[in-house]
Amino acid sequence: MKVWRYGDDVNTDLLFPGKYTYTCSTAEEIKPHLLEDLDPSFAENVKEGDIIIAGKNFGCGSSREQPVLGLKSVGIEAIIAESFARIFYRAAINQGLVLIECPEAVKAYSEGDTIVLNIEKGSITVGGKTFSFPVLPEEILAIRDAGGLLAYTRLKLKKFKSKEAH
Amino acid sequence: MGKTFAEKILARKSGRKEVVPGQIVTVKPDHLLTHDNTAAIIGKIGPELEEYGVVSNDLSVIVIDHVVPAANEKTAINHKKIREFVSRFNIKNFYDAGEGICHQVVMEKGHALPGNIVLGSDSHTCTYGALNALSSGIDRTEAAALMLTGETWLKVPESIKMTLSGELPPGVYAKDLILHIIGDIGADGANYCSVEFHGSVNKLDMEERMTISNMGVEMGAKNATFPYDSVTEKYLRSIGVQGGYEPVRADEDALYSKELEYDMSDIVPKIAKPHTVDNVVDIDEIQGLDIDQFFIGTCTNGRLSDLREAARILKGKKIAPGRRLLVLPASRSVYREAMSEGLIDIFVSAGGMILPPGCGPCLGAHQGVLAPGERCLSTANRNFKGRMGSKEAEIYLASPATVAASALKGSIADPREVIG
Repeated sequence: MKVWRYGDDVNTDLLFPGKYTYTCSTAEEIKPHLLEDLDPSFAENVKEGDIIIAGKNFGCGSSREQPVLGLKSVGIEAIIAESFARIFYRAAINQGLVLIECPEAVKAYSEGDTIVLNIEKGSITVGGKTFSFPVLPEEILAIRDAGGLLAYTRLKLKKFKSKEAH
Repeated sequence: MGKTFAEKILARKSGRKEVVPGQIVTVKPDHLLTHDNTAAIIGKIGPELEEYGVVSNDLSVIVIDHVVPAANEKTAINHKKIREFVSRFNIKNFYDAGEGICHQVVMEKGHALPGNIVLGSDSHTCTYGALNALSSGIDRTEAAALMLTGETWLKVPESIKMTLSGELPPGVYAKDLILHIIGDIGADGANYCSVEFHGSVNKLDMEERMTISNMGVEMGAKNATFPYDSVTEKYLRSIGVQGGYEPVRADEDALYSKELEYDMSDIVPKIAKPHTVDNVVDIDEIQGLDIDQFFIGTCTNGRLSDLREAARILKGKKIAPGRRLLVLPASRSVYREAMSEGLIDIFVSAGGMILPPGCGPCLGAHQGVLAPGERCLSTANRNFKGRMGSKEAEIYLASPATVAASALKGSIADPREVIG
């Protein structure tokens, strides 16, 4: 597992440049451009299970979804940041990408530290120190547990329909 | 205890007596905005659309604006898919390429009204806060789910109260005010929060309010809202809306997580330097910086009052040699007004190029993208690295008057020196 370390205000253009927004939408199309203008080595070297650690306001900017889709599809296990921008946060819930808002853990991390996550309990251990982070409310976990918003919506539509039938 | 704008509107729309910050509520938005990304959105839910159809043909407002006219085969195919979807499901509120930038069109056509909730798969959906709506950006997947179900969850945000006093001096505009505020509180200064403007808001007309609300997301805000007043009513009348809406007013004793005060008389022309919107300086710190391309337009500053101010400065003059000026009216309606007032002639005579109403070069998809090493002074809302093409280019943000005054010199210039 590799930890990719970035700073504050990593915006959506750095995560996935706007010029590709209307020509790339599948995971295969998105991947080569992930973090293109921030870290050209990322797309080539990222592996399943890798973690991103960043500063404040991660994902600020556009509502484009490719950054979340792309990071989820290359297998990023979690993004740990001091804070996230709101639209990015919502989009991550909708795709089942794990985001952990924990400024203490970000500050405690130094290169080479082992990171252990317990997402259900809301705890993270960085280099031997353990910190807690808020667990998502039940209503939101239901979306994640269903496998993302579209899967959740499909279940909901089926329920509506079977109710109508009765 | 009184309630904020966000608490009151979310209580009303979720059918509850009251709500508190942090609470999750389910709401049915009045409208859902999508644009060129509609093609990708409907692509996610093909089988569901076949089986269930759209929840309502009046919910969606679809505007083709981001890459217009189509720049290549791929974007042309996207546009075609959208037209087919609109026709197949009889979508009522559809505006094809050329009508304007989605946020301008939503406002002009009366799709956002006081007390409404509007969600959109574009981050600058927050613009309609100018009209006392709660409006906010969402991702494509959520837009897809909304098309099918018409409902989603929202967290009740904490609220920040910004009280304005005084009046903007000549040569200083709403854009300078909002850049000042973002520079003050930072690009995440209002993250997850509902921002409310209070105080001498009557000194700001609807177009100025739109510029300010539009940039709410650049400080992380969920929404950035003005109270309903005579300015709102006048604007609504001008677009043919009389009644049929219910404004929401925050209580005097509402509880805010933060309260800030800004005296508009103290504001000077501002520039946001690369590569973050909160990297804001007073114009005198950066005057004289050489610029290659000047861009007046976008959902932030492509309205009639913006074009009038720029034209006032450029009238009878020529932009500096070797420089480029791009002017982009925010909608067909703005374009026609600008033509009838002679503004378009002023821009073209000054050496400018007119782009069709749309998002144009703002997101670097086409029309006026930048080469490595170039600098653009723009009236847009974002100056992120690589946004307008090359990652080696630089974007500076300013008011239309600052961009016009600077275009004459070829470098950043103070509009107060040319406005008599």
